[in-house]
Amino acid sequence: MLLETRALTANYGQFRALFGLDISVAAGECVAIIGANGAGKSTLMRSITGVIRNEAAMVLHRGEPIGALSSAEIMKRGIAMVPEGRRLFASLSVEENLVIGGQARKAPGPWSLEAVYDLFPILRERRKNPGTALSGGQQQMVAIGRALMSNPELLLCDEISLGLAPVVIRDIYAALPKVRESGAAMVLVEQDIGKALAVADRVYCMMEGRVTLVAKTADVTREEIHSAYFGVAA
Amino acid sequence: MYRLTTRTRAGTATEIAVIVLVVAGLALPAVTSRGVIQDLFFILTMLTLAQIWNLLAGYGGLVSVGQQAFVGIGAYAMFAGVILLGWNPVAAILLGGLAALALAVPTAFFAFRLQGAYFAIGTWVIAEVTRLLIAQWKALGGGTGTSLPREATSNIMGTDAIRTLFGVREAAARDILAYWLALALVVAVTGCIYWLLRSRLGLALAAVRDNVDAAQAVGVDVRRLKWAVFLIAAAATGLTGALIFVQTARISPEAAFAVTDWTAYVIFIVVIGGIGTIEGPIVGVLVFFALRSALADYGSWYLMTLGLAAIAVMLFAPKGLWGLISARSGLHLFPVRRRLAGPKIEGGH
Amino acid sequence: MIWLDTLVQGMLLGGLYALFAAGLSLVFGIMRLVNLAHGDLIVFAAYLVLMGVTLLGLSPWVAALIAMPVMFMLGWLLQAAVLNRVLGKDILPPLLVTFGLSVALQNGLLEAFSADSRRIPAGALEGASLDLGLVTVGVMPLMTFASAICAIVALNGLFYHTALGRAFRATSDDAVTAGLMGIEPKRVFAIATGIAMVVVTLAALYLGMRANFDPSIGPARLIYAFEAVIIGGLGSLWGTLAGGIIIGVAQTAGAAVNPEWQILAGHIAFLAVMLLKPRGLFPRAVD
Repeated sequence: MLLETRALTANYGQFRALFGLDISVAAGECVAIIGANGAGKSTLMRSITGVIRNEAAMVLHRGEPIGALSSAEIMKRGIAMVPEGRRLFASLSVEENLVIGGQARKAPGPWSLEAVYDLFPILRERRKNPGTALSGGQQQMVAIGRALMSNPELLLCDEISLGLAPVVIRDIYAALPKVRESGAAMVLVEQDIGKALAVADRVYCMMEGRVTLVAKTADVTREEIHSAYFGVAA
Repeated sequence: MYRLTTRTRAGTATEIAVIVLVVAGLALPAVTSRGVIQDLFFILTMLTLAQIWNLLAGYGGLVSVGQQAFVGIGAYAMFAGVILLGWNPVAAILLGGLAALALAVPTAFFAFRLQGAYFAIGTWVIAEVTRLLIAQWKALGGGTGTSLPREATSNIMGTDAIRTLFGVREAAARDILAYWLALALVVAVTGCIYWLLRSRLGLALAAVRDNVDAAQAVGVDVRRLKWAVFLIAAAATGLTGALIFVQTARISPEAAFAVTDWTAYVIFIVVIGGIGTIEGPIVGVLVFFALRSALADYGSWYLMTLGLAAIAVMLFAPKGLWGLISARSGLHLFPVRRRLAGPKIEGGH
Repeated sequence: MIWLDTLVQGMLLGGLYALFAAGLSLVFGIMRLVNLAHGDLIVFAAYLVLMGVTLLGLSPWVAALIAMPVMFMLGWLLQAAVLNRVLGKDILPPLLVTFGLSVALQNGLLEAFSADSRRIPAGALEGASLDLGLVTVGVMPLMTFASAICAIVALNGLFYHTALGRAFRATSDDAVTAGLMGIEPKRVFAIATGIAMVVVTLAALYLGMRANFDPSIGPARLIYAFEAVIIGGLGSLWGTLAGGIIIGVAQTAGAAVNPEWQILAGHIAFLAVMLLKPRGLFPRAVD
């Protein structure tokens, strides 16, 4: 297994946000994680990427415990993150934002500055602009490109459609198949269920810090999703 | 039936203990030597300065590195009152408080425009400017300083009574008077801070310390609160400064505006004892004095130890020695936290 | 032409202050750390260079070159072992730790080298001057100014045109996201402080060659340096140079009127700028 969580828990002070999650992602697989606001999706992402530190054995990468590592160490193992809210570096230009994504981990692979510009041509035109001078959709493209620059084995995307216009979301999702073709496994954390299911192989549905449904997207029914998402039968 | 209270059994015990200690402290000159009285004067004045800085930084979030400005201006105003106006030194102490208050207004106006670290440096610069300006004041000795005139120190109000009461010489009587004033000042300052923290103002201060924006949102006037704390602290620091230099009877810009004596030591006392508590400075000043006595013969080693001790405390016990004691024992001698008092609530967890 | 002379001498003095301030500005800009021991670290480095000159018989320049990696390591260690542990939202802990370091360092130096004034011998350069027609300038102040410009150009180059500089800026913007990019913020901070200490060594070389120094003069240098940084605006190295020049010119002009007013005039110039522009002359857009 490329990535696994085993009985993963997370707390914010007294408040427990995750209750023993078991999630797995195989190499090359695309997994969607859906759930309403407050279900614990972002906490899960923060735990996997070491923003929140855990017990080592709670997160495994190719069978090795990585739960206690720092964000930087986890990233260097080939797990790249597109953080919620894009989080571009304000004092870096678009190009520098992209370059910094690949500067700590030099892995061979299909992604380079040119490849990212080919994926999102608009960024080539705006490469000298400060990252934060772009529109929300363009910023999201930079954030995705930045994560790809390290040629990751696993790309984690946290709410990439949040706050964007439907047209823009469509453009961004149109790029994802090309990302998958390059061989990277993906985790899509989404509130937009339809978009996520269209791309993913498997889906996890979360509610109140627990997994309420695991299924192959090809087999799952609307009703199953609804009851897992809202906790009641549709 | 239910009411909010800050009263605890330990708090009441402390109040009684303080009264006993103060009475004993007043009578102490009858049985101890002049050296002990001078040491106690030093401890009490440093404790006063530490409590004030703790109010500023620990409760008010105003990390000033320029408190020596108020010590110095207070001391110089007292000297001006005695030398230029012919006042009695004890009365001139009040002038010291007023002068510090007057200096605090432009200082606050300037320094409150600066945030965080800028504020600290800004207060330091103002202290330097004040020192350099005072050094130009030729009537009070300019850069070299001056002494209180003999005729002023020999007839300070009350010293004659002390001389007959304890049968001591004039210089010793002056020390005893200064010591009593220091005792009164430390009790007044600590009492005021204690009262302040238990009042609505204290609640507002705690809110500001935790989250400025949230405090503002619930209607705390942060600006006014900071002004109030800064002005009160400045006036009290000025009084303390004036009193310290009544006892030494000699002044110079270097001594009166010494960043080491009036700010570095004070910060170390608060940090080592425990910032943000009233008990902390008390513990801190005792440790400070013990270190000073133990290392008195080793000159600069002593200050080096003090600096390193402060670093160690910040690294390993950020809440200071009192924080360690309090965490182990749950003891709060000066409780300022509000608790709900009343019959036990049934059915809760 | 006295005013022109005053202006030129003041600008050259400003170069020295900018050199004091450049390392401070770098650290301040990257991690919002207020290092109150900065002035004492300059004095410490000056003694290190002096020891190279007196004990090993080196020329001051070679001694400084050797002191630089030593100071880099010390800075790196200071940051990694101490300052990284107290960095956070609350500015008080790092302020208090560096204040403790300042006092400890001053008194450690006092114990090791006594309170006597010392000077790094600069040979023929001492007192040498150049006649530029309208004004005569000292060779040493001129070299100081040139070194300040070189240091700022080098630091800016590092900051804006290298991978390390990118990591500095990214970490300064958002340390958590920088971590997601494989950058260890704590490592970046340690390197930044190490680099600041290299600049400190350069500043110490000129401090020690131009005038006498003793263990107690650190805090005053810290204040000048801070004034230069704050006048210039957070994170702008050229702003720091401008700040240094303003302090230097104000001090020289003050001294021209009355020698006792030299230091006072510098502080008053700082207060005046702060009243008009509380965020400095060239504040960074983002912050």
